[in-house]
Amino acid sequence: MAAENSSEQTPSDAIASEKPGNPFTWLFHPFGARAMRINGNLGALAIFFFRAVIQIFHPKQFSAIVQQIYFIGARSAQIVMLVGFFTGMVLGLQLYHVLVKFGSVGVLGTAVGLSLIREMGPVLTAIMITARAGSAMTAEIGIQRISEQIDALSTMRIDPVGFLISPRIAAAIISFPILTTLFDLIGILGGWVSGCLLLGVNSGAYFYRVVSATQMEDITGGLVKSLVFGILVVTICCFQGFFTHMRTDSYGARSVSLSTTSAVVISCVMILISDYVVTSFIL
Amino acid sequence: MEKQPIIEFKGVTKRFDVRTILDKVDFQIYEGEVTTLIGLSGTGKSVTLKHIIGLLKPDEGQILYRGQPIDQMSKKEWNAYIGQISYMFQNNALFDSLTVFENVALPLRQTTHLGKKEIAEKAMASIEQTELTEVFDKYPSELSGGMQKRAALARALVTDPSLVLFDEPTTGQDPIRKNAILGMVAEYQRRFGFTALLISHEIPDVYFISNRILALYGRKIVFQGTPDEFEEFEHPFREEILTSLENLQADISGLYSKRHFKVRYQTDLSKRHPDAMYAVAAFAVDDLDTIIEHMGHDAAQEIIRALGSFINKHFGAVGGFSSRQTINEYATVLPYSNLEEAERIMTDFKKDFREHGLPDIKTLQEGEKPGEDSFEFNILAGLAQGKPQIEIESVMEFARFNQTPIARFQCERGGKA
Repeated sequence: MAAENSSEQTPSDAIASEKPGNPFTWLFHPFGARAMRINGNLGALAIFFFRAVIQIFHPKQFSAIVQQIYFIGARSAQIVMLVGFFTGMVLGLQLYHVLVKFGSVGVLGTAVGLSLIREMGPVLTAIMITARAGSAMTAEIGIQRISEQIDALSTMRIDPVGFLISPRIAAAIISFPILTTLFDLIGILGGWVSGCLLLGVNSGAYFYRVVSATQMEDITGGLVKSLVFGILVVTICCFQGFFTHMRTDSYGARSVSLSTTSAVVISCVMILISDYVVTSFIL
Repeated sequence: MEKQPIIEFKGVTKRFDVRTILDKVDFQIYEGEVTTLIGLSGTGKSVTLKHIIGLLKPDEGQILYRGQPIDQMSKKEWNAYIGQISYMFQNNALFDSLTVFENVALPLRQTTHLGKKEIAEKAMASIEQTELTEVFDKYPSELSGGMQKRAALARALVTDPSLVLFDEPTTGQDPIRKNAILGMVAEYQRRFGFTALLISHEIPDVYFISNRILALYGRKIVFQGTPDEFEEFEHPFREEILTSLENLQADISGLYSKRHFKVRYQTDLSKRHPDAMYAVAAFAVDDLDTIIEHMGHDAAQEIIRALGSFINKHFGAVGGFSSRQTINEYATVLPYSNLEEAERIMTDFKKDFREHGLPDIKTLQEGEKPGEDSFEFNILAGLAQGKPQIEIESVMEFARFNQTPIARFQCERGGKA
């Protein structure tokens, strides 16, 4: 039966709320309780994600996915381009002053290109989208939860996960790699502006180095990262909003505000952690 | 043969942490009836409704749908069950990023295989029935509270449900709108034949539309029966909720609740000589369905309310006391007047009401016919005489029998007076 019971304790909550008996247990209880809670939440997050993914392929999702691509992708493009341009300019400036000491300003294009494509593009794009679209998603879904709109969906036989979450995850899978690519291209252009136009590095050498140094693995590696970040960011942000009513530290509008903060913080931390994990697999 | 309930609660207990909200609750909902659940705030009325729709599960006990426990249903059976139920939330739960039309069409788009045209037709039909045609493309935040309620009602009815759960549909509405919403629920229930379970504090107005009343008090159902049986119900629940609500109602409108009307009648007349005479007047707004059809529920309720307050003002001044008896009927007792005197008072009332009763609506003179684009409606009144030992119901029945039109009014079709 597709019923949710907001009053039921999860097993991890039950263990977490147990009163410790002896001093040894008392010492380790807070850690164990926290670990159990995190474990429970990770399990719930995984189930939430797979439930959403399964329903992406429903034919009725198409228009909702297009709408979300517009919201997550198209409307984030400007800010991603702006950040990408100045990131590229800063990289060009910093790397120029390092490379000039070794007489290697010719490899500025290599340094800027690889830094952006391998690391900075995927990470900064994901962080920017988290700040712009992720927080909005959590707040929107959270408000829908506390105003019973999500319950209303259940009463209409509409699966809230399929209706609200699946299109957002599909849109993230499509939008994140495209925005990362845009960030990389604009960033390389920014590096050229600061390195070549302002500091006098040869433009031909810069672009030659960018093209010659970049391997297919670098591009696919960057795109894989952006895909992983996209899935993580949207799943975490939607999860926080969807279960905002389960928070024990606050209620109503305050719980939405705290969920939004948690969503942004957890997403950013997870982007950096997963960046290391994915990089270690790629290299 | 005993009637089988469509929904039955058997020993349902619900706890939130250590707090028990429902304690072994038993009740039945019967098909085709309007059942109203009343109770104090925070006593678990919404929780009860949410159990039926599966948003909450009982800790103990069972909920049966046509005799089958809902927690033992297969997925297919559950989908079929839930597909027959609509739930109207207390705060409407409309999607604020969707227009009225999109909100109403949403359940059809997501749960049926109907084509775009069919969905649009059904959604627009539901929007028209709830008088929202002019705002179909507006967002919920652009609508008034009453319109939002109607939009939620339109969404609840668009799937042609057989059971509709209304969670305090009149919350936050003004008195006219409250009655209009209750009238709307009653009308749609009659028209579409669904079973309705309603949570409402609108006592006694809700009696007029309900077949059965359930009273939730102290975590249990302490009463289930007809509104008339509920009038006789003796329980601490009455002290806590009914008296305060009924007094409030009397303070606002000046009219007595049916129960207070009866108490006042018994108190006043028990002191009189057994052969003393008193008069009863019965009033009614005739052609209520025609008024609703052409002018809407709000206007119909305004007319009923205006009649009530005029009766109270006029007859109160000569020692009478009045009460609303049904959705469109009032009764007045003139405890110290015989029929002759009552007729004189009624003649004054007629004259006064024709001139000032409904100032925004044109009064038709005797023999005058309404215009082509107009319709007429009548206010009826009848008098009867009784003695203290006679049951007031039978005197009122006589007064109803004697009803004749005392005023005719003309309205343009479409709502203009």
